[in-house]
Amino acid sequence: MKIGHRRRFGRLGAITAALAASSLILAGCGGSGGDNGSAGSGAKASPQALDAALKKGGTITYWSWTPSAEAQVKAFTDEYPNVKVNYVNAGTGNDHYKKLQNAIKAGSGAPDVAQIEYQALPQFALPGSLVDLSAYGLDSLESDYTPSTWAAVHVGDGLYGLPQDSGPMAMFYNKDVFDKYHLTVPKTWDEYIAVAKKLHQADPTKFITDDPGDPGFATSMIWQAGGKPFTTDGKKVTINFQDDGSKKWTSVWNQLVGDGSIGQIAGWTDEWYKALGDGTIATMNIGAWMPGVFESSVPGGAGKWRVAPMPTYDGQPATAENGGSTESVLKQSKNPALAAAFVRWLNNGNGIKPFLEKGGFPATVKDLNDPSFVNKPDPYFGGQPVNQVLTAAAKSVVPGWSYLPYELYANNIFGDTVGKSYLAKSDLNAGLESWQNALVKYGNEQGFEVNK
Amino acid sequence: MTVIQEGTVTAGNVVSARRTRKVAAGISPLRPRKSRLLTGLMLLYLVYTLVPLVWLVISATKTQSDLLSTSGLQFGHDFALFSNIKETLTYRNGIFLRWLGNTLLYVVVGAGGATLLATVAGYGLAKYRFPGRRVVFAVVLGAIAIPNTALAVPTFLMFSDMGLTNTVWAIIVPSLVSPFGLYLMWVYAEQAVPQELLEAARIDGAGEFRIFWTVSLRLLAPGIVTVLLFAVVSTWNNYFLPLIMLSKPNLYPLTVGLTQWSNQAQGAGADPIYNLVITGSLLTIVPLVVVFFLLQRFWQSGLSAGSVKQ
Repeated sequence: MKIGHRRRFGRLGAITAALAASSLILAGCGGSGGDNGSAGSGAKASPQALDAALKKGGTITYWSWTPSAEAQVKAFTDEYPNVKVNYVNAGTGNDHYKKLQNAIKAGSGAPDVAQIEYQALPQFALPGSLVDLSAYGLDSLESDYTPSTWAAVHVGDGLYGLPQDSGPMAMFYNKDVFDKYHLTVPKTWDEYIAVAKKLHQADPTKFITDDPGDPGFATSMIWQAGGKPFTTDGKKVTINFQDDGSKKWTSVWNQLVGDGSIGQIAGWTDEWYKALGDGTIATMNIGAWMPGVFESSVPGGAGKWRVAPMPTYDGQPATAENGGSTESVLKQSKNPALAAAFVRWLNNGNGIKPFLEKGGFPATVKDLNDPSFVNKPDPYFGGQPVNQVLTAAAKSVVPGWSYLPYELYANNIFGDTVGKSYLAKSDLNAGLESWQNALVKYGNEQGFEVNK
Repeated sequence: MTVIQEGTVTAGNVVSARRTRKVAAGISPLRPRKSRLLTGLMLLYLVYTLVPLVWLVISATKTQSDLLSTSGLQFGHDFALFSNIKETLTYRNGIFLRWLGNTLLYVVVGAGGATLLATVAGYGLAKYRFPGRRVVFAVVLGAIAIPNTALAVPTFLMFSDMGLTNTVWAIIVPSLVSPFGLYLMWVYAEQAVPQELLEAARIDGAGEFRIFWTVSLRLLAPGIVTVLLFAVVSTWNNYFLPLIMLSKPNLYPLTVGLTQWSNQAQGAGADPIYNLVITGSLLTIVPLVVVFFLLQRFWQSGLSAGSVKQ
């Protein structure tokens, strides 16, 4: 319909284009200023200041898509009736970040407290959009958290949130499939490859795992292999996908992608949930938060799935974080002390209980060591105390990882670069190289000094 | 939102297919010769547009577990359409109804206002000569060429300065502007309202407003309905603008709300409610299908407007 009219104004194409361009540029100029914080956070305050803020009360806005957020906010306001929390689910993942970024750019409209995934934290912390919580003495809480999550909430020397959950990786496997095809649970990646090939040869409709090319998974796998492709020091960024860790991962994964023994069903779709339930996918190497997903969303897999440590390169325990979020205080907050107090309550106080009740996997050492948590048999997993495996994984996360300061952009273009290698079942290393080139180019355009 | 568009196109096809049958039965005196090739192509197209709709209707009758375990184009073990509808309407304290109400508000005020403005402005530009008309013409055409999506973020920053984000105005005000509708009304008014008629009315002593309301408006009716339909569809399907303008779920239109439901299936703590997303999508397209059935003839006559020079 519109095409007919489009043709008509072809005559005026030049004017149109010129107008369009100029108005776009003009529009683009508007409101770029101001991400200066409205409230002062320069003075060093103590944890007592947070208690005082809680006593004084006030109103804060909290953006989150955590399943337990509603219950947590309710429990919080029951405990502190003079604090009002406007809880808003502003979207999941990228939608949420888009809105957050817009509000920060606009200088108003951002919440006081927002959920931010570990991978996205540098992107918000580096430009100074978040409050450094060590100003409130929260850096004293270090011993309460696992080293990997504590590292994940730091950007440079700043503490930009408290860890809410963690996702140390483990291998979930479908025991029915393993029994039927006489497969043994692999301990190393070499064994994993052998199992994958055996399974796929026995039944080409079955896949050892599912990976259509997922940036979160790929970076976690490189992490586990000891790779450190991203390092950031102020404006200086280094991106290197040719280090030993990255190569170690691609040398394993290339073999599986190359012969099609990995399924390529898009994650989190109904087809994917179906494949998890009916044995199409035999294993998933994924974060420790996965049991909750299995239990609520894969009823067909009940009793079939089990958990084992993730395979490693040398048989020694090593794993990586996969997913997980923190709650952070925005610089725009008019009441940062109260916001920080809320974050402390959420992730270091009574907020943890409602979080665990909804099936969350904690980041706090105390809860990870709690025998009633660790040894609880899980009926979905045939009575296996899965948390024994998962909490052990939390202790063997390879240290030293950091994400890019523009990880969200990186994730967005993963499909155009590495994703192509997945589609063509060709060398992932080449895909990583083109991802790296694109990221170097983008970073330099954004004012970073990448690989210089 | 492809589903909605496919659905609406389908409504058109059903009616035109019926019309074709009438023609074949000899009701029309013209009896154009039938082309097997074209009929075949149209049939293919009909199937192509119907399949997603059929899939949607069938899937809306399934429970969440049937959705994940049975094939897309066959019914599940349980017929759960009514319980799905009930659950959709009551999930999270009936937020779906709230979203439906929001969408209706945005459509009635936004699309209604856009149609009114486009009609008045298009008529004025077509029938009056004044300096600067060509500039307006160029600006309008330029505006058509810019996709709304590209303007969403700048609009957001502007609205944020004015303190309008997170209010209904953030959706309504941008929807009021429809350069395409204006252009369509302009072209339509130029041909549907003869200059001679206006002159005759002026000689009879009618004022310009009276001429517009009593004479021109009637002649413009088919064009107005067309613009209204365009505006209704685009406001109903509006996704990106409300996505970035609104962060209060209470103000969401259906499109953004359903996406949020759909996104619930992702990541740690995933809580997929595909059956509600699908049933919600079905309920979302029903009003559009109804509007298309009712206004179908205006739509067709409006589409051909401006294609023939009298």
